[in-house]
Amino acid sequence: MVDVEYSCASMTLREINVALRALPDGTTVRISEPRGCHNLVVGLSNKISVEIDGNAGYFIGGLCDGPDITVNGSVGWSVGENLMAGTVRVKGNASESACASSHGGMVIVEGDASSRAGISLKGGTLCVGGSVGHMSGFMAQAGTIFVGGDAQGSLGDSLYEAVIYVGGKVSSLGSDTKVEELTDVDKKTLGELIAITGFDHVSTDNVTKIVSAKTLYNFDALKDQKY
Amino acid sequence: MCGIVGLKLKNPALENQLGALTVPILDCLASRGEDSTGIAIYTHDIGKSAHKYSLYNPEMPFDWEQYVGSLDGVFGDGFTLTVQARQALVVSEADPVQILSALRHGDPTVRLFGYGNAIDVFKEVGPASVVCERYGIANRAGYMAIGHTRMATESAVTTEHSHPFAVNADVCLVHNGSFSNYASVRRDLVDHGIHFDTDNDSEVCARFIGRELAEGATMADALKTVLKTFDGFYSLVVASEDSMAVVRDSFACKPMVVAETDDYVAVASEYHALAELPGIEDARVFEPNPEEVLSW
Repeated sequence: MVDVEYSCASMTLREINVALRALPDGTTVRISEPRGCHNLVVGLSNKISVEIDGNAGYFIGGLCDGPDITVNGSVGWSVGENLMAGTVRVKGNASESACASSHGGMVIVEGDASSRAGISLKGGTLCVGGSVGHMSGFMAQAGTIFVGGDAQGSLGDSLYEAVIYVGGKVSSLGSDTKVEELTDVDKKTLGELIAITGFDHVSTDNVTKIVSAKTLYNFDALKDQKY
Repeated sequence: MCGIVGLKLKNPALENQLGALTVPILDCLASRGEDSTGIAIYTHDIGKSAHKYSLYNPEMPFDWEQYVGSLDGVFGDGFTLTVQARQALVVSEADPVQILSALRHGDPTVRLFGYGNAIDVFKEVGPASVVCERYGIANRAGYMAIGHTRMATESAVTTEHSHPFAVNADVCLVHNGSFSNYASVRRDLVDHGIHFDTDNDSEVCARFIGRELAEGATMADALKTVLKTFDGFYSLVVASEDSMAVVRDSFACKPMVVAETDDYVAVASEYHALAELPGIEDARVFEPNPEEVLSW
């Protein structure tokens, strides 16, 4: 049972987002027939629980600062983009740029995420049960990316202070990345993430940790100097 | 941005609904571009030895009877002429080489938008709802539809610059993105005697694929050569009489979603455009990987 139900078949996107914004903290909501609709549940700061019952479109949960969102399906590009706080859990797959630029909160994708997952991450946490596409973690500045499955090419290219954990195979690392041994703190963090996400197919013993090699941090005036 | 669509039916029972299934997809993708809209419908509605010619003139009314008469009987005996809005569809058994030559040297205000045994091409400036209504797309039957909603970036907003670009018999291309090295490829094709109708970057890719196919390449091989030759951002849907293929560039910056059931393969820029298709809830939905060529 939920407190409120909205349907994308009978309400416009704006009507739904305006109605969501007016709900008091603690309200539970179900949104039915999303039909791939973009921009659902964006820009909310109230602490409500929203269930989207089906496949949704781009920017689901974007800019939010509080709500817990569950999508019973797959989502399009940029789920949880610029998330500040709260969670977005996707039961299916996510398209490109999942959790892009997120400052806080957590995006959980139970299936696969496509290219550029966690691009420019700024402090949030992205957890993907399956695989991630190429160029994931590109220029990620802070926060954590936890991939249960494989990562395609150029993982973590031009990484700053974000940390990437991969349970499966890494096709190739991007520029200025390096693999580090897991510390006890890493193992504790991974244990917590596995408990929160339910990704118990991942064993911390097999996880690869990727961080910045920091060779691009400072301009090298002598590099490629010919004279 | 642009919207691209491909719908290839596996179940012949759906062929009467092809247009009705495609219009809502195009209408939804009008959010990605309303400069112009185009659609190629593939249907086996004429004898195997005949060809269809999709002709266009911006003037309406236009004296199509007089125009056809001016071509010195090149369409032969028993050709048919069907006019709808600014388009005329001619069906003829006569030699296509002579017809194509006569069309090129005839009234320059008449454009050839496509030809072949199966393809009908409809395209015009304006949003999907208007163009589809004008050409009665919802009522058209067929086994495959390739569509495009355009937001112009590289060249002018005119009907001639609209997609699909249908350059060889029954071959057409729709493109979301922009090619950065198309001028070089175009020069090379022109040097090899290939004629262009517009300065559009997507037409260059269409004619490049057309040349590869004419030289004996398979569609999959032609698209692999596109990956090696073209620089830029692109998601492409390309069709021939019996196949539909897709490819995305190495960055996969332009979106593409495939939904496959026992009844159809549908491709669109965004999933929500496909959300009204029958059985979509149980379809296998996925995105083509960067540089992956898929064909059906």
